Amino acid sequence: MNTEITVHPKLQHYGLTTANLDAVIDWYHKVLGMTVNRRSAVPTAGQHGPPFSAFAFISNDELDHRIVFFEIPGVVADPEKVHHARLQHVAFNYETLDDLLGTYLRHAGKTTTIKMLTTLLRPTSGKVELDGLNPERQPGEVRKRFGIVFQDPSLDDELTAQENMEIHAALYHIPRRDCAVRIEKLLKLFELWDRRKEPAKRFSGGMRRRLEIARALLHSPRVLFLDEPTLGLDPQTRNQLWNQVRKLNEEEGVTVFLTTHYMEEAERVAHRVCIIDHGRIIAEGSPNELKQQTGSQTLEQAFLALTGSSIRQEEASSVEQMRNFARAWRRR
Amino acid sequence: MAMNVIYVLWLRQLKRFVRARSRIVASVGQPLLYLLALGYGLGPVFQKAGMGSYLQFIAPGVIAMTVLFTSIFSGIELIWDRQFGFLKETLVAPVPRLWIMVGRTFGGATVAVLQGIVLLAIGLAAGFRVHDTLSLPLALLFMALIALMFTALGTAIASVLSDFQGFQFVMNLLVMPLFFLSGAIFPLSNLPKALTILTSLDPLSYGVDGLRYSLIGAAHFGLTTDLAVLSIGAALLLFLASSLFSRIQL
Repeated sequence: MNTEITVHPKLQHYGLTTANLDAVIDWYHKVLGMTVNRRSAVPTAGQHGPPFSAFAFISNDELDHRIVFFEIPGVVADPEKVHHARLQHVAFNYETLDDLLGTYLRHAGKTTTIKMLTTLLRPTSGKVELDGLNPERQPGEVRKRFGIVFQDPSLDDELTAQENMEIHAALYHIPRRDCAVRIEKLLKLFELWDRRKEPAKRFSGGMRRRLEIARALLHSPRVLFLDEPTLGLDPQTRNQLWNQVRKLNEEEGVTVFLTTHYMEEAERVAHRVCIIDHGRIIAEGSPNELKQQTGSQTLEQAFLALTGSSIRQEEASSVEQMRNFARAWRRR
Repeated sequence: MAMNVIYVLWLRQLKRFVRARSRIVASVGQPLLYLLALGYGLGPVFQKAGMGSYLQFIAPGVIAMTVLFTSIFSGIELIWDRQFGFLKETLVAPVPRLWIMVGRTFGGATVAVLQGIVLLAIGLAAGFRVHDTLSLPLALLFMALIALMFTALGTAIASVLSDFQGFQFVMNLLVMPLFFLSGAIFPLSNLPKALTILTSLDPLSYGVDGLRYSLIGAAHFGLTTDLAVLSIGAALLLFLASSLFSRIQL
């Protein structure tokens, strides 16, 4: 492949210059041993870090029913609605009372999978189950059972942390008495209690994330979906977030189903990995199993060994374009 | 339970309105320009044509315009809100989409009516006079009907659009024609045939007419027609919006 020296105008707009572009290209070169077409590869790299992302999944093994169990034979999402979603023969067959972790490629279908599990998208074929229930047929029951933190922000910025929690409580019909206690507990756990009366717009990225996680846990869900929760956070914040999430996993017995870009995080926090490439599961197992299977030192190497080193080229969907716009706007 | 969810979502929008004061000022700017520049600028010509005070004439139109813009935008905001805003949170909550849509629409409509009241107050300060204070509640009713109708319309459109590319289209081919063909800035009588047909097809015409009836005591279509068209229009659009909204997938 040849190298193209131009920086895409759109990327220049987002502050990506030839200087840090080179760093990214270097990264590709060193890690993947390849020369990269800047124009197509960098949009993903510039905005999302390395071009792959992990889908991690921590679950509690105490109770069988708390663990997500789903099977998606030949699920194909509506190509008109969801770009790049080619989910085929995706099946998580839960076998032991082990914790589960999935590692997917970006655009491999992970967000689509989450959407289908969380009643936001109807599978065009195949079957999805969450906690033994069908999201399509029993959306109300399924919605009570999971909490979700989306990749994109979903707080009301004008409202305070406390008010954001209270609206959630109303939406999930949590009795007022229990709710005050629970809000206090969660806000304290995520170190937001002192700032509960401040509007969310004054919070940093890490605080927002924490508030979103606290909110998603308010109704004591059985499964917590975190779609790239550490995207754009600094290492300290990420570290703290993972500690809090693990604590919750242990204390509340909530299954955590999450995606992350950072393989080392997946390796550290998750117990089981499932790698999907273009909608197909290509490997599944604990980080150690996957490392052994490929003879790699780290999960990242295992991941590359399994998926190959070629860059997945993706077109930006309309959501992606809006996301870029939102990002540029927020920076101002 | 339904009432509580709807109430909470409605209250949320009121809080947002009250807290974002800069937004209130910004959204009053354009109608204010219409009110003052046109009201005073065209005043002498209007007077000479024997039509009386143009400020008196245009003030109800500008109030209707404010309500139209605010409500249609609060509906359209859905496009943004469902990807980057709070709406996503409500879409996965175990409550029927209908409640969410109702709470959101009523919240947006209430905010639009409040904007209309702000404009009315500014108009009064600028020299606009209401013919009968007792008919103010009627004016509020008309504002509410306009607001509901167009919040629902905005919601219906936003439920179908997937990104902002269609937004400009909506603006140029829907909102502006709705406003300009509504008789907000010119009298509906003695118009060319084509314009008469177009204006009578524009639902906002009846809103402007109703407001004019209640605020300055002059009507083109008459109170009953105005009320009937607006109520039926609002009901139909609310129905359409709720069915499109409940089908939203992300």
